[in-house]
Amino acid sequence: MPQASLLDLLPQLVSGPPHPQALGFALESVEEDVVTLRCPYREDLIGDPESRVLAGGVVTTLLDHTCGMAVWVKLDQYMPIATLDLRIDYMRAAEPGLDLLARARCYKLTRSIAFVRAWAYDRTRKDPVAAAQSAFMLQSDGGRKPGANRNAGGAL
Amino acid sequence: MIDAGAHLESLLNGIPYARFLGVRAELAGDEMTAILPYADKLIGNPLLPALHGGVTGAFMELTAMAQLSISERRDSLPRPIGVTVEYLRSGKPLATYARAHVKKVGRRIANVSVEAWQEARSAPIATLHAHFLLAETGA
Repeated sequence: MPQASLLDLLPQLVSGPPHPQALGFALESVEEDVVTLRCPYREDLIGDPESRVLAGGVVTTLLDHTCGMAVWVKLDQYMPIATLDLRIDYMRAAEPGLDLLARARCYKLTRSIAFVRAWAYDRTRKDPVAAAQSAFMLQSDGGRKPGANRNAGGAL
Repeated sequence: MIDAGAHLESLLNGIPYARFLGVRAELAGDEMTAILPYADKLIGNPLLPALHGGVTGAFMELTAMAQLSISERRDSLPRPIGVTVEYLRSGKPLATYARAHVKKVGRRIANVSVEAWQEARSAPIATLHAHFLLAETGA
């Protein structure tokens, strides 16, 4: 089980940054190394006006974000991380009107890389909307200082 | 037949999530460039600051769908089946651009690649490969 310090920080990591905040992401639960996040259904996040289904991009972002949280829970500490690659299978459309949940677990950590799997679902975990597999780079700032991305032409 | 530019504009305006992100597109002949203007709400890492990886992925997915709907006029939007995103560089707090290349369109499945960049086309920040299920024509 992660230490209290990371668990104290986790709700802020989940909902604090501007984009997850704009999407309304919230921490649902942490059970051992499994993290669950919730994204509330919203009209402005619809991807197909005909079916009123949430956009694939929302599912992608929720899965990416949940995977990142699972890495920090596994590390049991905060450090800069960045998504290296993300593969998603969309098995079915999310049901209109229902919140979307995502559950992720980091199943392997090396010195530089974290490997994560995640599932998105609405009604029940047994009927997933999407599955994700991702790899994250650890200590991804490579010595970059806060604000580094603001300096045009700076190290990438 | 409606003009491709008008079709593209009504497509993007008709997708609430594309409006939420602020995605626009420009056409030069049949070549489309999708544009994601910078907005603070797109930030995932406030320290650097960097765009959220999900935003970059979602933007490229919309680019692929928009390109498909220009080249393949169908009644309904294509539905993604599988998407692979490679992140190459951190997304800076700048406008992001993307272009899609439709690799193959079959009767039901289309394969599309997308590249996204910011300051230089030769230094992409991410690439996406996706396959979509197409609406049956005339269905």
